[in-house]
Amino acid sequence: MRTTLLVILVFCSLPGNAASPPEGASAAEMRIRQIEEKLRCLVCQNQSLADSSASLAGDLRRQVREQVDAGRSDAEILEFMVQRYGDFVLYEPPFKPTTLLLWIGPFALLAAAALMLVATLRRRRRAAEDPALDREGKRVVERVLGPLVPPHKHDEGA
Amino acid sequence: MKRFFWPLAIFIPLVGFLAVGLKLNPREVPSPLVGKTAPAFELPLLHQPDKRFAPADMRGKVWLLNVWASWCESCRDEHPLLVDLSKKGLLPILGLNYKDRGADAQRWLKQFGDPYQFSVVDADGRIGIDYGVYGVPETYLIDAAGVIRFKQIGPVTATLLQEKILPLAMSLKK
Repeated sequence: MRTTLLVILVFCSLPGNAASPPEGASAAEMRIRQIEEKLRCLVCQNQSLADSSASLAGDLRRQVREQVDAGRSDAEILEFMVQRYGDFVLYEPPFKPTTLLLWIGPFALLAAAALMLVATLRRRRRAAEDPALDREGKRVVERVLGPLVPPHKHDEGA
Repeated sequence: MKRFFWPLAIFIPLVGFLAVGLKLNPREVPSPLVGKTAPAFELPLLHQPDKRFAPADMRGKVWLLNVWASWCESCRDEHPLLVDLSKKGLLPILGLNYKDRGADAQRWLKQFGDPYQFSVVDADGRIGIDYGVYGVPETYLIDAAGVIRFKQIGPVTATLLQEKILPLAMSLKK
């Protein structure tokens, strides 16, 4: 168990250099790599352009490279891709009305869950503070045990 | 009973969303090109490399642009439909021969029939990128003003042709 954990920790702490350019790469090379990692390969949809070996990915990488060489900005290059392949080509979807639910949804769910948790905890605490039976509970108890006797009467009887 | 209300009220819509999500095809990426002017290009013809074609040459006509290649397996599936359609002469079909070798492409057309008025050659796939091509075959319906009205990614089927492409093409012709 401990060894497994150790192995996992070692692997987690390794720098993620598999996907980054080799040391000494030029600034332009780094930029190309960064842009490619923001773009999805449409053939194998769960890989970025940088990681995909599909032929189309090669063509699109060539486009990115040419446009970087031509001095276009990152935003311009991403826009070039979006115009042709739609927002889907971006790994990070833009914030706009159609993606509102996508961006806000998880936080809204988290907030709703937090509210429910608080409400439940409060109800529980109140129940713990006031253990008196409600009318419904009393009826059930009386049906099983017979009529409940107030404590002082009980003392007199003993 | 009451204590089951909220968990169920959350769980059932969630299952509904997941069920719909399972049925969606992630390959069907909505094209941003539908409703926009077909990107311009000028490419040599497959059979007459000295001649060139530009989409503007088709102004005033409703036509199909079919992206194909001899290496593309599913192009073969849709091909008989295109051959059939071209025989009926309902609307002109032009081919965009995508990342192919000229000799292979010509042999392929000889073998399976040539439904195209002509095909143009996009040898390095640059025009394909302008058209957002990522899964050959792809088919574009382009109207008289040169606007893309419909795009099919993957092979055209008989149903799609009968129920979507042809009715749309006929209504655009009017």
